[in-house]
Amino acid sequence: MALDTVAIAQTSPDTKQPFAELGLKPDEYARIKEILNRRPTSSELAMYSVMWSEHCSYKSSKVHLKQFGEKAPHSDALLVGIGENAGVVDVGQGYAVTFKIESHNHPSFIEPYQGAATGVGGIVRDILTMGARPIAVMDPLRFGPADAPDTKRVLPGIVAGIGGYGNCLGLPNIGGEITFDQTYLGNPLVNALCVGVMRHDQIKLAKASGAGNLVVLFGAKTGGDGIGGVSVLASETFGASGPAKRPSVQVGDPFVEKVLIECSLEIFAEDLVVGIQDLGGAGLSCATSELASGGSGGMQVQLDKVPLRDPSLSPEEILMSESQERMCAIVEPKHIARFLEICAKWDVTVDVIGEVTDGDRLIITWHGEVIVDVPPRTVAHEGPVYNRPLAQPDYINIVNAQVIDVPLPKTAEEIKAAMLTIASTPNLADKSWVTSQYDKYVQGNTILAQPEDAGMVRVDESTQLGVAISTDANANWSYLNPYEGAKLALAEAARNIAVAGAKPLAVTNCLNFGSPEDPGVMWQFAETVRGLADGCLEMGLPVTGGNVSFYNQTGDVAILPTPVIGVLGVIQDVRTRTPMGIPAAGLDLYLLGETKNDLAGSEWAFLHNQRGGQSPTADLQREMKLIDFLLANNSIFKSAHDLSQGGLAATLVEATLKNNVGATITLGDVGIELLSETPSRVLIAIDPKDAAKITYPATKIGTTGGTSLTINGAEISLDELRTVHTSTFPKLFG
Amino acid sequence: MGKIVVDVMLKPEILDPQGKAVAAALPRLGFSFATDVRQGKRFEITVDGDVTPAQIAEVEKAAEVLLANPVIETFTVRAE
Repeated sequence: MALDTVAIAQTSPDTKQPFAELGLKPDEYARIKEILNRRPTSSELAMYSVMWSEHCSYKSSKVHLKQFGEKAPHSDALLVGIGENAGVVDVGQGYAVTFKIESHNHPSFIEPYQGAATGVGGIVRDILTMGARPIAVMDPLRFGPADAPDTKRVLPGIVAGIGGYGNCLGLPNIGGEITFDQTYLGNPLVNALCVGVMRHDQIKLAKASGAGNLVVLFGAKTGGDGIGGVSVLASETFGASGPAKRPSVQVGDPFVEKVLIECSLEIFAEDLVVGIQDLGGAGLSCATSELASGGSGGMQVQLDKVPLRDPSLSPEEILMSESQERMCAIVEPKHIARFLEICAKWDVTVDVIGEVTDGDRLIITWHGEVIVDVPPRTVAHEGPVYNRPLAQPDYINIVNAQVIDVPLPKTAEEIKAAMLTIASTPNLADKSWVTSQYDKYVQGNTILAQPEDAGMVRVDESTQLGVAISTDANANWSYLNPYEGAKLALAEAARNIAVAGAKPLAVTNCLNFGSPEDPGVMWQFAETVRGLADGCLEMGLPVTGGNVSFYNQTGDVAILPTPVIGVLGVIQDVRTRTPMGIPAAGLDLYLLGETKNDLAGSEWAFLHNQRGGQSPTADLQREMKLIDFLLANNSIFKSAHDLSQGGLAATLVEATLKNNVGATITLGDVGIELLSETPSRVLIAIDPKDAAKITYPATKIGTTGGTSLTINGAEISLDELRTVHTSTFPKLFG
Repeated sequence: MGKIVVDVMLKPEILDPQGKAVAAALPRLGFSFATDVRQGKRFEITVDGDVTPAQIAEVEKAAEVLLANPVIETFTVRAE
């Protein structure tokens, strides 16, 4: 292909361009021509097409996401908000913490191992880019039915990819979720979260300012990886027969990333950069236009200076390449020598590829010829915005009118059978088969990890300051009522933080949905964002950033609306954390909160193939009272465990098996009390002498001890319970 | 007894961390000839009697689903 330059574009307005193949709509293509006052060059077309894709431009979600800013609660803790690579939160003692969650759903379906691995790599670089040292990762996952053949293909690959990449980086994986549902068949969800820590004065931003400053590309060389991955992979629905195109996927190299992390942190420590951006989706197109747009706007880049792994790449391909493990920095000329020295020390490939200029144009040349000359804001931040039609889907009224009718256990035999079912069903069974493939304790700062309610890591060894993170989503509730579902997921994630003894501080989210071109899906999305924004305002928790993943559907069937909500909390002394497992015999078990008949959207209803009724209504005032009580009385809890999917039944299984301490439980309406999933409930174990200190509505439901879990006379030995709880995953995937 | 050989290589545009490591190690050991190294894998499959075209076709099918990952790798099948 001959080189297409700006000069040629000016004199050949009628050249036919493959804008549709690149995912641009005719009106979007027309708008590019209007912005440039000529047809785009092929390089410009490549840049606009990837940057204006749904994945990069948030063009369908923007109009809704702005509520996170409009309804933002006042927060002294927020140091950097939405818009940067990741939000930054003050956790005290001069420390700042940054965290973010992103999806890598589509790549992980095509190539499970590399898709999941590069998902981890990408989110880790986002955190690094803020100036922080990454300290832990977490991965909420969703799959099709556990026994489906395609789940057997994608799950082991995805788990191995997450483990392979994260373990090589030396980052502990401290939690996540695994849920199975028919709608995720062909659309597995791989969400990756990373948390990093830095001192306040080390925060870095993605902006290119100061004319004469140098644009430096460092890290891996550029190859033909994932070209067009953004526009083709993440913004197009797969046909029902699976992926028709097989675009080249990215392959990560965690050892290069590890070196890049150390190299970058040394560069940050000497304060050698003005701005920095990692190269993820849309590669150099994204990094150069976002850096320029974040600064004054002017930048000149010599694309032929980009170090290549494959010398045959065309300029368009270089601009779109998604080769992993690359970063782009803006460096003052006086610091460049030292910058190059540090890169040489770490054996990191580095090249100066351009400089910041006066003016407001991003100009890219290829061996002296101008191939891109654009206002960078039009590429990066002022892309198309769609106010897509939305309409409440017909199913809502139908399913909301349904009444859940499931058999509830009454006799001792039925209770035992129900407990064994809950303990062994894939959604609630022991996940060690997965999490044992992840390194949970590397770096020696992990305080709590899966299966605890929240993951917790120590930030400072001398003061024992720590942070806790939990991610939650209940897609069943979101399906029945996306507004309440989002609030309930937020409430659950915040509760999980408080249960562990940490104070919730801030929120991130990964919103996984079907096609935005379907008004019903768009309504689910709009309701979810409205619910989350209202919930965050009411609970005083700012949203620091997040990610939207659309087009998670096969043919006409969209996934369940799956807003994964991550909450970050701080704990002053990690030694005061509360574990989830009952630690000893002779304690009293109390259930905090009230149990109602909330079987709609429950695991028990799901097990009986019922997905109807009305989701519970989120009562966030009650949730906050519960959180306040948990934090104020942390010292009397010998253990505390949240009630969520699977209700009290699942909580009792986990709390007793953790340390092999049994319990004797007496319940009134045993079926409902075991299986209802009413929110805002926590199981605590306390010393009987502390009973008077419980100043929150609570019911004593039993005592601890023995080698069995006995509920209203139904005795289940912990050995039997453990056998069914731990054998599900090895049987399915071993 | 016949032998069928399957050579599997990463597609040219795919990053090959192993090959890269080898390429970096060669000059350290005094070998200066290489400008690039790509590493693949080779399967040797033994069959009864002479190799038939039908067996080659079958091995090609097997390579598609098991021996190679066609998303990121290419393969060639030949009798030896």
